[in-house]
Amino acid sequence: MDTTVTNATTGKVWGGGNQPMGASYGKLMMWFFILSDALTFSGFLVSYGFSRFKFLDIWPIADEVFTHVPFFHGNYPMYYVAFMTFILIMSSVTMVLAVDAGHHMKQSKVAIYMFLTIIGGGIFVGSQAWEWGTFIKGSYGAVETRGGRILQFVDAETGHQVALADFATTIETDRVQHEAKNGIWFESESAGTTYRLEEVVAGVQSHENILVRTETINAEGKKTVLDRSESLEILNQAVGVVEGANLIHNEYGHRLFADFFFFITGFHGFHVFSGVMINLIIFFNVLLGTYEKRGHYEMVEKVGLYWHFVDLVWVFVFTFFYLV
Amino acid sequence: MAQEHNLAIFRGTVKFKNNVQKIWGVLIFLSIVTTIEVILGIFKPDFLVHTNFLHMKLLNWIFIILTLVKAYYITWDFMHMRDEKGSLKKAVVWTSVFLILYLTALILIEGNYIYDVYQDGFIKWDF
Repeated sequence: MDTTVTNATTGKVWGGGNQPMGASYGKLMMWFFILSDALTFSGFLVSYGFSRFKFLDIWPIADEVFTHVPFFHGNYPMYYVAFMTFILIMSSVTMVLAVDAGHHMKQSKVAIYMFLTIIGGGIFVGSQAWEWGTFIKGSYGAVETRGGRILQFVDAETGHQVALADFATTIETDRVQHEAKNGIWFESESAGTTYRLEEVVAGVQSHENILVRTETINAEGKKTVLDRSESLEILNQAVGVVEGANLIHNEYGHRLFADFFFFITGFHGFHVFSGVMINLIIFFNVLLGTYEKRGHYEMVEKVGLYWHFVDLVWVFVFTFFYLV
Repeated sequence: MAQEHNLAIFRGTVKFKNNVQKIWGVLIFLSIVTTIEVILGIFKPDFLVHTNFLHMKLLNWIFIILTLVKAYYITWDFMHMRDEKGSLKKAVVWTSVFLILYLTALILIEGNYIYDVYQDGFIKWDF
């Protein structure tokens, strides 16, 4: 647009009106921000790598953790994340089409493409929320040992994981949840798990086909399944039942896996959310004709840069969290 | 500035007539790469999982290289880096690539060291 300015000021570089690297002020600042944000995300992903290398032989296998697809029951590793990836790439494409339409000063086209981009971002954030919900709720349940290791349960014949509900024995108890109203006002406890530890242990003892699966990855790259006597033996070390995942306990394996999952996908999801908000503002500005009056759509290009960057980060999160 | 676009990708082997066509072309390419990644991730071919190259499974090398390929096309075509000046390209790419490589190398070596301490050392589950 204004490349001629640079030519005119050759010779007096310090006189103002000169654009470093041929990019406008706003675009250059967006690149500054993107570069620093890229380094922040690499810090997160590298620290994930650090913890994973530290516990390389007991790290959860992502394929066994993220196996759910909304409205479908069964074991579908990867499909839903792949869908999320496509959604984000598609919204990147509509964004870049909006930028292109902006170069040709086509107001209505810019608006349509911006709107589609916002829809795509919304679907992505919603999918991520669903993924979080499924992860927090958990699928099978497990027990945790004194050393913080997770023991899961599998069926001896099929080798598939078994939910606690399928084998735990119900044992009557007088124990009720301690609430603040029944004692000192500042002491209470959380509701506790659906099954207590002694119920799970009794269930394993009475069901001959239940075996314990440890976190250790064997030579074939699978989690180690103990035989019957070892299974009963190792349950003596159990201290509690874990259902689902949070920042302290994680039924899928190492708790750091859950911590990094929440932190990295959460930080990325927050970026997508802010991207949607910024896109909305720009979308309304396009509708109001702000950029038509201004004579150029560079603002769309700048939010476009941010939006593509969010997509770029997801490409890496996808690889290092779900694939590798 | 960005009015005139460089419309050739793959080092000039594929040339598009206009910018919109190039965008769709890049989308098709990125979709193919993602599909390959997902298929490999679901089926995990045995020979790729059990072949190690430079201390890493061949499958993981493929994933990381394909990721970098995708990153290149997102930056170059969606973020219009192809149309920027060489100095801007270098300022962004060199800075990130060198810093991230350095960080990754140091931190992963350290993580591996702690793994070894857990395996062979005296300390077990202490920190």
